[in-house]
Parts: sequence; C-alpha cells; structure tokens
Amino acid sequence: MASLRVKVWRGAAQGAFQRFEVPRHESQTVLDVITYIQRHLDASLAYRFACRVGMCGSCAMTVNGVARWTCRTHVDAVAEGGALEVAPLGHLPVIRDLVTDMAPFFDKWARARGQFQGARSRHDDFARIAPDDPDRRQVDAGIECIGCGVCYAACDLVAWNPAYLGPAALNRAWTLACDARDVGNRERLRAVGGDAGCHACHTQMGCTERCPKKLSPTAGIAGLKRALAHAALKGTL
Amino acid sequence: MNARGETLLWLVQRASAAVLAFCVLVHLATIIVAVQGGLSAAEILGRTRGNVAGLVFYTTFVIAAAVHAPIGLRATLGEWLGWRGASRDVALVLFAALLAGLGLRAVAGVFGGAA
Repeated sequence: MASLRVKVWRGAAQGAFQRFEVPRHESQTVLDVITYIQRHLDASLAYRFACRVGMCGSCAMTVNGVARWTCRTHVDAVAEGGALEVAPLGHLPVIRDLVTDMAPFFDKWARARGQFQGARSRHDDFARIAPDDPDRRQVDAGIECIGCGVCYAACDLVAWNPAYLGPAALNRAWTLACDARDVGNRERLRAVGGDAGCHACHTQMGCTERCPKKLSPTAGIAGLKRALAHAALKGTL
Repeated sequence: MNARGETLLWLVQRASAAVLAFCVLVHLATIIVAVQGGLSAAEILGRTRGNVAGLVFYTTFVIAAAVHAPIGLRATLGEWLGWRGASRDVALVLFAALLAGLGLRAVAGVFGGAA
C-alpha cells in the first residue's frame, strides 16, 4: 500500500516537527491523516475537530504552509510529492501540537461589537425583511462564516498589527451593520474604525482567497469603510 | 485617534490619490510632448514663468502629494516599526510640511517671476 510522509508539529511555541508514515487511501482528507496518527501511531497527539463535514470550524490547521480546514481538504489536492507538513493555525498562540488558543480570535469578534443588539421583545411582531432587500443580500453574502480562523491566519495584517481585529470579526460586524433589526450600529462603527479596524486592511485579499466557505471578508471590510465614511461626513459617528 | 479621525484621514488619502492620478498623467504627458523637439532649461523656464495655469496645477499637485504621502507612511510606520500614537502623528505633520515647503519652493522657482 502506498504511504504518505507526514511531518506534524509537536510542542507549543517551541517544538519540532515529528515524522510519520501514514497509509494512503482514496479520497483521504488531511483530517483523516491526523486522526490515523492519533489513533494508531501516537495517542498523545493533540488536535481539534468536531463535525468532520465543514460546519463547525474547529479543525483548521496549516497544511504545507497554507491555512486550510482539514476535514474538507483532500490529500490529493495538497500533498506535494507524497508529503504533508501539518502545523497549527498561524497568528494564534499554540496550546499543544495542532491545537491553538482561539480566545484572541473570538475576543476580537466581541471588540468589533459582533453581538446582535435588537430592540424588539418577544411581545413584538416579527421584523419583515424581504429576501431581495439589498441589505439582506449583503447579510446573506457574509453570514455563513463558521469561525474557523483560516482568514485570520491568512491575513498578513494580523501579523503586522497585533491589535488588528481581523477579517472574520470585521465580516461579522458588517453582517450586523446590514441587519435592519440591529440597533447597535453607532457603537459598532466606532469600534471597527481606525488603525486596528477596517482602515488597516490593505485589500490584499488573502482572507477572501483562503476562506473555505468562499466568503469575501474583503467585501465586508470595504462595506464598513463606506459606512464609516458616510457616518463621518454626516457627523453621526 | 478616534474612528471619526481615522475615517477622515482615509477619505482624504483616497481623494488625494484621485487628484494625484490625474496630475501624474498630465505631468507625464506634458513632459513627453514638450521635449519632442528638444528643449533647453532656459527655454522651459521661458515658457513656465508667469504661467498661471501651470502655477495652479503644480501647486495642487504638490499639496496632494504632501497630504497623501504622510498618511500612507503613517500606516507603514505602524506596521513595520510599531510606531503609533501622538509622536508618530506629530512627526508626520512635520514631514507633510517639509514636503509642501520643498514642493512649493520648486513651483515658485519654475512658475514664479515674469515671463
């Protein structure tokens, strides 16, 4: 049976790659490879996954130097010469082996005012928003984010400016900025403007290129820049 | 700087970029056309001195460059050197003044005086 040469990061911030030989199978995913190592070769390997079908956003890792979701990444598509190098997701603290601490990533969602803030109670009628409403369409375009952190790891700005909120948090803020039911936009726009916010983005589009859900955080960030410009000129910021 | 200030800086940089794009095209076209037959420095100065349209155009060009470059440099200094805060902004205001001063001095030299 053909085999795959796999190098896997072991340790935390300090550590080294450990080599494994893994049997090659048809339609094998990178997550299958890591799971095989943990179940058959080294039970001490730490990694994170849950749904295995591209919904939960927990299995993102750096595969041959590129941030990817591992459950939907086929070995065929990424193995170079029968070799894989799997490391933890970039731009985040490593807890152990392939497990990163996602707290800084989600803390930035909170700092970007990523919480829905409604004004209606259960006693009010439903908000009626037409499916073809332009703002609704903007929300639809960005709402399927699974919070995997791939865009955050693919963004050079996050490395250059550690305070930068990052593509996912800004995308989340944009979906709320376009939500007619949300009443927290003034504070949200204040939170996402400036050096650590949308104005730091250089539109290099690493996030959009790498997003496994094919979203465009870049478009959301551009939308926030427009919304901030209008608010600043109207004096409502 | 607060979100409003940062947003206004971003708008000013985009607006100055639009002005610069126009000015650079006009500037390059003028150079290419003007030197077709060969021109000496004295001949160039003979045409530019007292030319009010040239004075207005290049004054606009210089001011746009003096506004645009420091705002871009502001991000570069923050990302590459980690230099942020009021000291960076004061240094960049001085840099903008230097660019404007040197540029306007050149404009005055080329377009000032009688024809």
